[in-house]
This record gives sequence, structure tokens and C-alpha cells, in this order.
Amino acid sequence: MKKLTVLAAGAALAIFASGTAMAQQTLAQVKQRGQVICGVSQSLPGFANPDAQGNWAGFDVDMCKSVAAAIFGDTKRVKYVPTTARERFTALQSGEVDFLARNTTWTMSRDTQLGFDFVGINFYDGQGFMVRKDLNVKNAKQLAGAAVCTQTGTTTELNVADFFRSNKMDYKVVAFEKNDEVLAAYDSGRCDVFTTDRSGLAADRTKLKDPNAHIILPDVISKEPLGPLVRHGDNNWGDIIRWAFFAMVNAEELGITAANVDQMLNSPNPEIKRLLGKEGDFGKMLGLENNWAYNVIKMVGNYAESYERNVGTKTPIGLERGVNALWTAGGLQYAPPVR
Amino acid sequence: MAVQIRGGAAPPSVAVWNDPRARAIFFQAMALVLVIAFGWYIFHNTYTNLEKRGIASGFAYLNSTAGFGIIMHLIPYSEESSYGRAMLVGLLNTLVVAAIGVVFATVLGFIIGIARLSRNWLIARIAYVYIEVIRNIPLLLQIFFWYQLLGKSLPGPRQSFNILDIAFLNNRGLYVPAPVFEEGFWEIPVGFVIACVASYFIHRWARKRQELTGQQFPIFLTTLGLIVAIPFIAAIITGMPLHWEIPALRGFNFQGGMVLIPEFVSLLFALIIYTAAFIGEIVRSGIMAISHGQTEASYALGLRPGPTLRLVIIPQAMRVIIPPLTSQYLNLTKNSSLATAIAYPDLVAVFSGTVLNQTGQAVECMAITMGVYLTISLLTSMFMNWFNAKVALKER
Repeated sequence: MKKLTVLAAGAALAIFASGTAMAQQTLAQVKQRGQVICGVSQSLPGFANPDAQGNWAGFDVDMCKSVAAAIFGDTKRVKYVPTTARERFTALQSGEVDFLARNTTWTMSRDTQLGFDFVGINFYDGQGFMVRKDLNVKNAKQLAGAAVCTQTGTTTELNVADFFRSNKMDYKVVAFEKNDEVLAAYDSGRCDVFTTDRSGLAADRTKLKDPNAHIILPDVISKEPLGPLVRHGDNNWGDIIRWAFFAMVNAEELGITAANVDQMLNSPNPEIKRLLGKEGDFGKMLGLENNWAYNVIKMVGNYAESYERNVGTKTPIGLERGVNALWTAGGLQYAPPVR
Repeated sequence: MAVQIRGGAAPPSVAVWNDPRARAIFFQAMALVLVIAFGWYIFHNTYTNLEKRGIASGFAYLNSTAGFGIIMHLIPYSEESSYGRAMLVGLLNTLVVAAIGVVFATVLGFIIGIARLSRNWLIARIAYVYIEVIRNIPLLLQIFFWYQLLGKSLPGPRQSFNILDIAFLNNRGLYVPAPVFEEGFWEIPVGFVIACVASYFIHRWARKRQELTGQQFPIFLTTLGLIVAIPFIAAIITGMPLHWEIPALRGFNFQGGMVLIPEFVSLLFALIIYTAAFIGEIVRSGIMAISHGQTEASYALGLRPGPTLRLVIIPQAMRVIIPPLTSQYLNLTKNSSLATAIAYPDLVAVFSGTVLNQTGQAVECMAITMGVYLTISLLTSMFMNWFNAKVALKER
């Protein structure tokens, strides 16, 4: 009996502990653990994809690395947790991951009802359609009656329903849990159309048997602002992710790259001095070292470098900067100043 | 001094804490209180933490608009329907695959189990190999196997297999004509019901007659004739108030008619074939549990092997077969949740998949899903227990 009581008390304590520990001190936990746990996609070329050696690379992975660089000055101190679209929110809510960098769309209900905070938009995207070339479809309005493959639990699934409903077109949705299953089903001919964010379409097309037999239709049917997100309530932790991202955007605007950051340390420009920690105590404000942004730029690069390396026109994904160009170049990427 | 004992009552000199009965009650009560307190604690803790982190809770979301499509729905459903309705759609999809699966798995299982005991060497070996191969491969792999087989081997919609210009088979499914009911159609099902009731009474009368006179009556043919003829006559009288909507290729896919989607078919195949292997073994063991003397006695009475099996062995074997058969039925129902791997919209895929993700209310969705499965399982085993009690040996 005594043993049983102790056991019950222990179990109760364990549940209690896991329940309250994560409210305010994510940074302290991360430092103590020596690792950031980052929730990423399972396998999306250009965004988060492990190579043959199990090293993760991609645009979202760079987000994880930049946070590790800002906190530890070491991009290796990240543990990547691949999540399906269906698991991702529970993983973040339950504290299994410290934050999600997983091409997740910022929506109002996710921001409020799910108890999350989106910290920024690192990729402005929109949903599109991919079809076989031999169907001779020119735009999405010709898709009436089509079978559409998509992933469950995504905004994609809702947008496609909205699109067909508002255009009074009939459709059949075939919804899988994993993105790879969706793609395999589309490739085997189960569906006429594969739909997801246009960046995802470009990335996934490279995985098809014959990428050139498929085209991405010109229509963009939704706004998909993708960005990293954290649990609501730990504002300091959210600030760190947000500013790790802003540091990369600001670096591009100021012309700082991984290659020239060391020379830039001697720059007389006060904006550069503040960003790189030569002036002011901006790192301390986040609870980090003052060279936090220097580490991010040195180890991961600025926004443009990360973009071109992972998804840019020279990669198989081949995405133009488009709306993701800096505001100074007619795009939407804009970071508040370090001041 | 002698201890006085009156009518078996406990000796009054013993203190309450040394009284074994009082102690037993005390510890049982304490265990109960602990269990309840623990359960309440978990509930309260979850609730507080959800609230503290600003995660919505409660069941109000069941009435909000779902906004997503479901490929197979047995009741009317559209994107404007509620999450609650989506749950119902998923539940019905689970039930239909489980119900059809249970019936066919039982039939196939009995055939396999009896074939396993056949004196024909080849038949017995085939049944043996079937059982050993099927039950030793994980079900999920079998589901994937059937799904891939259907997906890879069938042609696209424009190259469909054309079956007499009314049914079409392609990798989107099997398209068959759908019945469209017109006015006056109700007379046909009413005729069917009348035929069934009449068959029941003929059956009773024939049995009584056989008991009294020993004369047999061709029950099977008579009732079959009735059940086919009465609805048919009703249909002719009412002038066939029914026409068929034939599927036609329009645009990308066939439109109209009814469709059996490949997800449903492959899940059903896998569940039937897998569960039948287990049922086959249960049937075999049930039959082998009946003493061989029963067979010999029935041969001695002049019964041929067929009736011996049907009238003597199986009814007795059922007593052994039913309890493990119940758990196979429950397994089949629960295994149907593997549907989520191949995009069949069952309860788990729709409700604790899509709905959970769109609303983020994981605790509520999971609790409802588990509650529903528990209810289905308890109802199934209640029914099977009742059936078991009915066929059990009645000792008077």
C-alpha cells in the first residue's frame, strides 16, 4: 500500500511538473539542455530535408540554426524533430519542441485559439495547383470535377474547399496525413491535381518521377504567410526567435554577409555597430550575448544568402525572390530597426 | 475467564483498527478515494494548463462550420456542415467498413477453418498456407499492399475498364449506376418485408410438420421464390418506379452514379483477409474441440458428412467459437482506424485528424474518438454475449 501511495504521488508530481514548467523559462531550459529543439517538416526539399548523412538543410532549418547561433554561437546545437502537419501543433503545445519552423501559415485562429504566437513571416507564399501537362489545363477555373490530393489538417485543405465552393465547381478531395503520401498518390494517378503552397509545389515537383511532365498553374488562390511560431505566454522566448529572424533581414538590408561580417565589425555605420553588438547592449535585452546577431550572420548568413542557397533560382527548387524581396527592392520583407 | 461468543458476532474486546473487516473496508475506501482524487487531479490539471496557455477548450466547436470536404459520405455533407456532422460522417464510414468486414470475414473465416480440416490434402494445405502467411504479416502492410495494387494496376479515368457500358473501373474507383427512386417506390420494400414475414411463418410451420410427421418441406426454395417474386410483382404493378443513373465521363472524372473509392475497397479487402485468417483458426479449434464420437454417432444415424457438420458439429462448436470470435470482431472494428494511412475518411482520419488540426482541440477530439470506439466495442460485445448465452448449453 505504501509503495502504491508513493507511486501515485510520484506520477501525480510528474504530471504536475510537466504541466507548469514551461510557462516562462524556455530560454533557461534551452540553455540548461544545451540544445534548441526545433520542429520542422518531415522532408520538403529546400525548406527542411535531411541529406544521406542525416544533416538537415533548408530554409526553415536555417531558422533553427540562426536561433542556435544567437543563443549558443553554435549551429550544431539544434535537435530537429520532423513533424507531420497533423502532429505539429500538439508537439508545440505539449512542449515537445521549443518552436516550430515548419512552413506554417499564420492564421487568426491558430494565433488565438491554439495558444500560439507567430513571431514573423519569413516566407510570403500562396496556394497553387500542380497538374499533368497532358491534361492541357491552362488555369484553375478549368479544374471542375477534378480529384484533388492534399494533406489533412492544413490551411490548404480549407482553401481548396473554399476555392471550388466559391467558383461553384465540383471536386473530390483525397486527403492524406503525410506529404509524401499525398505526392505518391498524385504521382500514381489517384488525383488530377496536387495542391499546396506554391513554394511546396516547386519543392515537391523535384521529387516526382518525371518533374517535367507537370506544370504549376498560374493561379494563386490564397495568402499563405509562413513563419516560425512559439507557445503563447513566454514573450522573451518569442522575442529571441523574432529577432534572430530580423537580424538576417536587417543584415541583408545593411549589406552584411557571412563573408564580410568580420570586416563589418569595423564599420563606422552606427546601425551596423548596433546590430553586431559593437554599440549598445541589445543582446542583453534578449538575455543573450551582445554578439548574438554577429553569430547568426557569420554562421547562417543573411536572409538573401539563406534564400538563394536553399530555394533560389540556382537551386532545383528555382523560386524567384518575388514578394519575398526586401522592401527596398519592391518586396515585402521588412525588419524593424535595432535601436 | 471465558470469552463469550454470541451468534458468530465479532468479539467486542477487539479495537476497530484491529478488526480485519473494518480494516478491509478502510483500505478499500482509501484506494477508491485515491483513484478518484488522481483522476480528478489529471482532469483539473489539464484544464488549468490549457486555460493558462490560452488554448481553447470545451465542446462548442462541434457546431462551427467545418469548411473542408470529405470524399465519401453516407449522409449529406458539404463544406458548410458542422464539425459535429463531419464526426458523424467519419463514424458512419467506420461503421460501414466494420459491418461489411465482419460479415465477409466470418464467411471467409468459416470456409478457411473448415477447409483446414478437409480430408482433401490440397485444400487443407492451401488453407494452412493462407492462414500462416496472412496472419504473420502486419495489417498495415497489407493495407498498403492492396492500396498500391489497386492504384498501380488500374488505368486512369479516360482508359477505364468498361463493363457493359454501365459500370466503369479505374484508379479513382468502381463507378456503378445509382438507383433513383420515384413516386410509388415504397411498395417494393413493403413487398420485401411481407415476403420475409411470410417466410418466417412457413419456416415455423414446416418445422412443426417435420417434428410431427417426419416429412420434409423444401423451405429454402420456397422462401427464396417468395422473397424474389413478391417485390418483383410489386415492381411490375407499380410500373417500375425506379431508374438508374449511369455514370458518364465528363471532364476529368466520371460523374453521376455511385462510386466505390479504392481507399474503401483496399481497406475492406485487407481487413477481411487478415481477420478471416484468425477466424479460420478459431473455427478449426472449435470444431476440433468436439469429440470425434459425435461425428461417428451421427454417421451411425445415417447422416451424410454435410448435414453432420451443419446439424451436429457446428452448433456444438459455436459454444467454443463465439467468445474468441467476439474479440476478432472488436479487433476488426478497431483495426479499421488504420484507414488513416490510406486516406479513407474514417472516424480517426476525419475527426481526430482533420478536425483536431483545424480546431486544435486535441484533448476533446481524442476523448470523443476514444469514447466512440469504446461504445462501439461495448455494444458489440454485449450483443455477442447475448448471442453466446443463447447458444450456450442449457443445463436444466
